[in-house]
Amino acid sequence: MSKATLDRGVQILKEQIDAPTASFFSSCVNCGMCADACLFYTETGDPAYTPINKLEPMRRLWEQEYTLVGRVKKLVGLSRPVTDDDLGEWSEQVYHACSLCGRCSMVCPVGNDISYMIRKIREGISAAGHAPEGLVGATTRAVEIGSPMGITMHALNTQARNITESSGLEIPFDQEGVDYLVLLSSMEVINFPEYLEAIAKIFKQAGKSWTISSEAFEATNSGIQIGTSDIARELVSRVVEAAEKLKVKTVVSPECGHAYTAIRWDGPNLMGRRFPFKVKHIIEVLDELREEGLLKIEGIEESCMTFHDPCQLVRKGGVIEQPRNLLNMIATNFVEMEDSGKMNWCCGAGGGVSAIEEAEEIRLKAFNRKKSQLEKLQVDTLVTACANCRIQLEEGLEVNEMDVPVVGLTEMLADHLVED
Amino acid sequence: MNSAEFLLWVRGPGLNIALAIFLIGMLIRLLEIFMLGRKQNLAELRANGVSAGLRTIFSRSTPADKNSMRHSMFTFIAGYGFHIGLFVVIFLLTPHIQLIQSLLGFGWPALPTPVVDLFTVIALISLMALLWRRLTHPVVRYLSTPQDYLVWAATFVPLLTGYMSYHHLWFPYSWLLGMHILSVEFLLIIFPFTKLTHAFTLFISRWYTGMMAGEKGVAS
Amino acid sequence: MSNNKPLGQALREQGVSRRGFLKFCATTASLMALPPSMVPAIAKALESARRPSVIWLSFQECTGCTESLTRSHAPTLEGLIFDNISLDYHHTLQAASGEAAEAAREAAMEENKGKYLLVVDGSIPLGNPGYSTIAGISNLEMLEEVAEHAAAIIAVGTCAAYGGLPHANPNPTGAVSVEEIIKDKPIVNVPGCPPIPVVITGVLAHFLTFGKLPELDHLGRPLSFYGNNIHDRCYRRPFYDKGLFANTFDDEGAKKGWCLYKLGCKGPVTYNACATIKWNDGTSFPIEAGHGCLGCSEPNFWDMGGFYNALSESTMDLSKSAAVGIAAGAAAGAASGLLNRRKKSQAAAAHETVTVKDLTREEPS
Repeated sequence: MSKATLDRGVQILKEQIDAPTASFFSSCVNCGMCADACLFYTETGDPAYTPINKLEPMRRLWEQEYTLVGRVKKLVGLSRPVTDDDLGEWSEQVYHACSLCGRCSMVCPVGNDISYMIRKIREGISAAGHAPEGLVGATTRAVEIGSPMGITMHALNTQARNITESSGLEIPFDQEGVDYLVLLSSMEVINFPEYLEAIAKIFKQAGKSWTISSEAFEATNSGIQIGTSDIARELVSRVVEAAEKLKVKTVVSPECGHAYTAIRWDGPNLMGRRFPFKVKHIIEVLDELREEGLLKIEGIEESCMTFHDPCQLVRKGGVIEQPRNLLNMIATNFVEMEDSGKMNWCCGAGGGVSAIEEAEEIRLKAFNRKKSQLEKLQVDTLVTACANCRIQLEEGLEVNEMDVPVVGLTEMLADHLVED
Repeated sequence: MNSAEFLLWVRGPGLNIALAIFLIGMLIRLLEIFMLGRKQNLAELRANGVSAGLRTIFSRSTPADKNSMRHSMFTFIAGYGFHIGLFVVIFLLTPHIQLIQSLLGFGWPALPTPVVDLFTVIALISLMALLWRRLTHPVVRYLSTPQDYLVWAATFVPLLTGYMSYHHLWFPYSWLLGMHILSVEFLLIIFPFTKLTHAFTLFISRWYTGMMAGEKGVAS
Repeated sequence: MSNNKPLGQALREQGVSRRGFLKFCATTASLMALPPSMVPAIAKALESARRPSVIWLSFQECTGCTESLTRSHAPTLEGLIFDNISLDYHHTLQAASGEAAEAAREAAMEENKGKYLLVVDGSIPLGNPGYSTIAGISNLEMLEEVAEHAAAIIAVGTCAAYGGLPHANPNPTGAVSVEEIIKDKPIVNVPGCPPIPVVITGVLAHFLTFGKLPELDHLGRPLSFYGNNIHDRCYRRPFYDKGLFANTFDDEGAKKGWCLYKLGCKGPVTYNACATIKWNDGTSFPIEAGHGCLGCSEPNFWDMGGFYNALSESTMDLSKSAAVGIAAGAAAGAASGLLNRRKKSQAAAAHETVTVKDLTREEPS
């Protein structure tokens, strides 16, 4: 029996409002500059997609519950309470038209972190039962099966076996005391199996021990995307327990955006305790290996290439230089897009957007921003480090009939490893 | 009530009331914000966050990058025209510095009044441009509430009446000065209950955003 | 004592030539902002003016107004005109005293019923009649009695016009102005502490010429003398406009004659003729002497925030309300903040773990 009600959603929103949130709502002057930074607005022209507008129900709740003027307004009947219809209506803006990319937070002149608050309003909307169907399905599969796309260990084992057969590389499962516990995103497992082979190859050359846990291989945290901390906690605890059980030094998040955010930044706060292990993105690991001289690379990529910065890795993860360091090892014709690095434009599919079928139209419209970035450059290859970005980029390029192959960075590096 | 009595009232009881309400309201708002607290960040921090927080308080006054400024050029120019003009008018005009000095015990040198007059005009024109934008631009019009327009008027009238006072425009000076002071009192009274609080809370929000970003080692 | 000799005859007897007399009329016309074509009318009226009876009542005053008007360095035309008004009652100037003086007053009132001019200086105490009496009669009683059959009233000096110094905070005598008591007679306020001499003679000349009082502003003052504020006619105005202010009475700026705004000049809100007509026959006026205008022709000028505090400063001490505001704000803010915390922790306590089953709404809320 579902316990989803409006009241539940409202109570959870009340829990979510903290001092930063209150200061943000107090400071917003309705200048609209956040809209100029949001690709869902710039590519549709619909003012409803203005980032701060996506938070309106929560702002009203904050005013009514946590300010004197709001309480007085309530007393004299001048305030509109947050209704079930509000939460239902806002679901589209919050889930279809926001990827939590954080670009709005970079430009707000009064210093509001709007994406921080979008994450919070998702808590309330999901608890009230108004999260999009696609995300609910993905989350349910993640909790019940172990993967949002329904991948089981059986499928993973098969893939591992195939890799071992074709390349001779071992895919170690459940090894204790190793350097790295590797997580995989279902998106990679299904669409980009080359990734697993690539890291096997790289770690072997670098002499690093690693493993996958059969109890917790999934990196993608659907709980974070749907915005339900209770579920996010459940999902991340699986990884943490596995990591502690296997006594690993470092948990490695794969080429996926929100997976990194989930375990690196949200994980300890969800669990309420610090982790006894380190958390790194695969790109961070590879760059460390490069620094230590453990990556033996040969050959060059001559094609004109650029890098699409996954939002959660770059703007929100702080991993900006590392992919460029790695690319510089092999690329001779690397060019930067205008607005790259910390101000890069989102691919349009992050934060759960790609799991929502009804969001397909707006997602592809949002891609037009990336399209105009690429058209200015005229590159031959587009490199990135997130499987979700990759799918969106490939689909967007195809729809727009642009012939630019998209390559994963790890995969490209592995292709250039010196063969023993 | 004649203009002499009116002027005496706004210079006396009026100021007292407005100042008291302003202080009470702002303190309530600030404590309402701070006492909600923020959960401690248990993730492995890349940095302490304090220096990033402090830095962001200042760096947010400049655009994130060149293209962001281009995208929001109108708001930047008009916004800064207004804010800089307002700052100069409030803090660098002799009569205002006299008032502040009588309250705080210290003052500072003023700019020549005609220079401040120029900044007043810049501020007034910027405000009118911003109003035009609020009425015509789809995003800003969509976001706007009646409060946005009230606050605009409450900010415009003091600047306008101040300008009129200095230039002795159209009405007897006593009325102009009285209206100017009264309009400032109105602004002070509505201040803590409207988005005008941003004048103070923006330091808090910039601080939090900068700190949370600094802990992750990301730019803000 | 009344004298019915026409004014023109009286002047000639005193050696004033026709030419001199006409010159005076022209000066009066221009002072009153009347056109030159009015001069013959003024001359004719003054020529044949029967010296009206004037009763001058002095209440809570310092006699400064009388000093200003009658103390002149040499006999002037103004002085002569004054001599040629039948001044039937004036404490300082009359020869009689005691019962004889009061009898003279009553006789003048009876003889000129409905036609005499009442001039008042000083404020009237309402707190206790005993604060100021004349021959045992309270100021209030005497004012009402004399005003009843007066043709018009001229309130000379800020005390009579607006209450003046006695009226200043905390007004211990309950002092009020003439117009607060008399509501049914034409009243001209000629304020100033004291007023400029030619201002009163100008008003009188107007009354003699036209039989009625001149055009007044919203505070009852003759527009021709009180129509501009000091600031608009001040010779130091260019310094104000440029933002050059004296900071102390003997600094460089003061020596250069810069604007006295910061030293408390109330010129911008003061309406008087000091900046144009000036004092002592056009010698100087306070600002020219280096001291800010006190605003002495304005109501409540004693309570305008201090003679040496600028117009932009408050008239009251704001530190008390600031302290109250901060204390009350801190207390109320703490209370509101605690309410917030409680509400938030209540919400947290009521939190039931959300599972995947709870992500879909099964029934209407």
